[in-house]
Amino acid sequence: MAKADFEVPELKKHVEVPAIKEGAMAHLKPFVVKNPDHNTDLGFPGELVDDWHDKALEKLGDLCSRYRSLQVYLDACVKCGSCTDKCHYFLGTADPKNMPVGRQDLLRKVYRRYFTLAGKYFPKLVGAEDLTRETLDEWYSYYHQCSQCRRCSVFCPYGIDTAEISMAAREILDSIGYGQKYCNEIIAKVHKVGNNLGLPGPAIEDTLLGLEEDVWDEDEVWVKYPLDVEGADILLVTPSADFFAEPHVDGLIGYGKVFHEAGVSWTLSTTASEAGNFGMFIGSYENMRRVSMRIRKAALELKVKRIVFGECGHAWRIAYSFLNTLAGPFDFLDPNYPVPQHICEFTWGQIQDGKLELDKSENDEITPTFHDSCNVARASRMGDKPGGQFEIPRNVIKAVCNNYVDMHHDTIGEQTFCCGGGGGLLTDDLMEIRVKGALPRMNALKQVVEDQGVTHVAAICAICKSQFTKVLPYYGFEMDQILSVHQLVSNAIVLNRKTGKPEWLEEDEDEDE
Amino acid sequence: MSTLYALLFMAASITLVVGVGMKIRQYYKTPAPLKIPTTPAPTTQAGVVMRMFREVVFFESLFKSTKWTWIFSWMFHMGLALVLLRHLRYFIDPVWAPIQWIQPFGKYAAFAMVIGLLGLLARRIFVDRVRYISAPSDYLMLLLLIFIGFSGLMMTFVVHTDIVAVKYFFNNLWTFGWGPLPMDFPLLVHITLVIVLLAIFPFSKLLHVPGVFFSPSRNQVDNPREQRHIVPWAEALEKKD
Repeated sequence: MAKADFEVPELKKHVEVPAIKEGAMAHLKPFVVKNPDHNTDLGFPGELVDDWHDKALEKLGDLCSRYRSLQVYLDACVKCGSCTDKCHYFLGTADPKNMPVGRQDLLRKVYRRYFTLAGKYFPKLVGAEDLTRETLDEWYSYYHQCSQCRRCSVFCPYGIDTAEISMAAREILDSIGYGQKYCNEIIAKVHKVGNNLGLPGPAIEDTLLGLEEDVWDEDEVWVKYPLDVEGADILLVTPSADFFAEPHVDGLIGYGKVFHEAGVSWTLSTTASEAGNFGMFIGSYENMRRVSMRIRKAALELKVKRIVFGECGHAWRIAYSFLNTLAGPFDFLDPNYPVPQHICEFTWGQIQDGKLELDKSENDEITPTFHDSCNVARASRMGDKPGGQFEIPRNVIKAVCNNYVDMHHDTIGEQTFCCGGGGGLLTDDLMEIRVKGALPRMNALKQVVEDQGVTHVAAICAICKSQFTKVLPYYGFEMDQILSVHQLVSNAIVLNRKTGKPEWLEEDEDEDE
Repeated sequence: MSTLYALLFMAASITLVVGVGMKIRQYYKTPAPLKIPTTPAPTTQAGVVMRMFREVVFFESLFKSTKWTWIFSWMFHMGLALVLLRHLRYFIDPVWAPIQWIQPFGKYAAFAMVIGLLGLLARRIFVDRVRYISAPSDYLMLLLLIFIGFSGLMMTFVVHTDIVAVKYFFNNLWTFGWGPLPMDFPLLVHITLVIVLLAIFPFSKLLHVPGVFFSPSRNQVDNPREQRHIVPWAEALEKKD
């Protein structure tokens, strides 16, 4: 079991609602941006400005006038308590400020104080409070303990979405120079290099050739992993973790095999080598747009006909729900396909058309369950029917596996629990909240592991995969019990389109001898 | 005294209409730059109307969440709806047939309303999570509604008031021809509290009533790939490039 300098919650087979423990997570905050460039590159002040008080209020007013969601959500809450036991971070920490409404109220109390009649004249009566330095620090702490997973919004009678409030709060913090290191550093990297990890083109190319070699060694088929190929039909945009992290890379190998068997031409792009868009995490429309425009540019430059996204949760939200808004219209692409498509939509389409030969028995040693990634589940769709985002990945898994088991119905589908690492929290300085926030998902997993013999959990999100790899050991599981969905596809797919050994590989081997 | 009540009632009504009207105008005018329906969401406008109908009439999301809160709040809101419809008879003449039909239900609906409110109050006091998020105004709002319901029930079932005079008062209010309001204690309590309720409506959490219809996570169609969604301020960013 992994070591922790905090108390790892005890695993049960079901979710228990804890009694509240005030201030339980008040000590936790992520690193603040240290290098001012990481703020200024994003259009924010380099460090906390002197007149932060007035500037923060000004920004709050500005956001209320530009986002109907924020304006309505700050007004409409009746404190019914429906959301109070729905957040995985509350269930894992018992801190009442991690209840969705508790988190919202940190901003709402300031909104009421300065923007409503009742709060201006009767602050005590309506729970309105002044904006102080303490409030600001509390925002910084608790708005970075929200993964923007939207589970609360499912249960709110007015659809109040804490993600919207968290994004607004983070944008306010950024606008006064009080940004989070992890997110802002990454966005700066995307603006500069093209992906979250700062991988330069040659490094990606090298990785992709390595994959071709691996597949050749295993299957004696040359499956190509092309980069920057002009005139390819499909541009694949995938999270940069797919290039090197486990089990992500096994998913990427799977996408390539599917494209290979489907007989389509495809390519990755150096400049759009990242599906993730951290602009959303910090609530910045401008940054989200800037990051999205790379994809449009790459699609135009490479003259592709379609765009397909790899396995990534928040990325798929932005791709599915926002890309057309941020970087559209995509009238230069083939109108016969949705823009963009999810790799699971693509693969499922190929399976339905009978284009893929699949040997399910290759996965017989695995009994997988599927973790619905929060932003895929509650902020996007696949296919043409509502709920396709639940069915299509499961259909794909069931087409390549004989043994599939679902977790408890209260913990999947639209009610799925976040992995605990989403929304800009996937950083070591937030490990405590990540581990505690994973509790509800781990409980549900324990149940199917013990009662139904589940061996692995499959996911379609780079963050989920990285998070599980880290967090599973804290709860007594193995880190490699997390799989990519296309890893299962990769195991089962039969490569019938035989292609000869790549010349460069033969040359390489000659040199080795 | 009747004149004072008449003027206060008029002022409160105007505050309600103008205040809520301004809020609706604000919600309507504020753009929603991104497609954020909580999915799975309807893919057609008709589907959205159905989703909103289920939300507003059956409290679908609350039902998914907590059965106790759902039961109490649904009792309260449905009771209140029937009671309000029944009260139309004091403002219109002749009374429309449907309003006459619901008269017997409307009378007893007040019990459902008060019981629901008491349940919500109990939950607010006894569930630690809900107690934590409650401000004084949250308790006062429930008490206000409970006393309005209770004073109304008193008049219906215990100490009848001169309802003909009350009707005359309200029917002629807007022509400044009001007659005397009966000076009965339950009636004065009832009307005073209703005046307070009307007046604070646009400044309180009662804004959830118009708010729910403007909630982007509930009222948006799930069709971002098919139809480009763009608001003026976002379009302006594009022109800057």
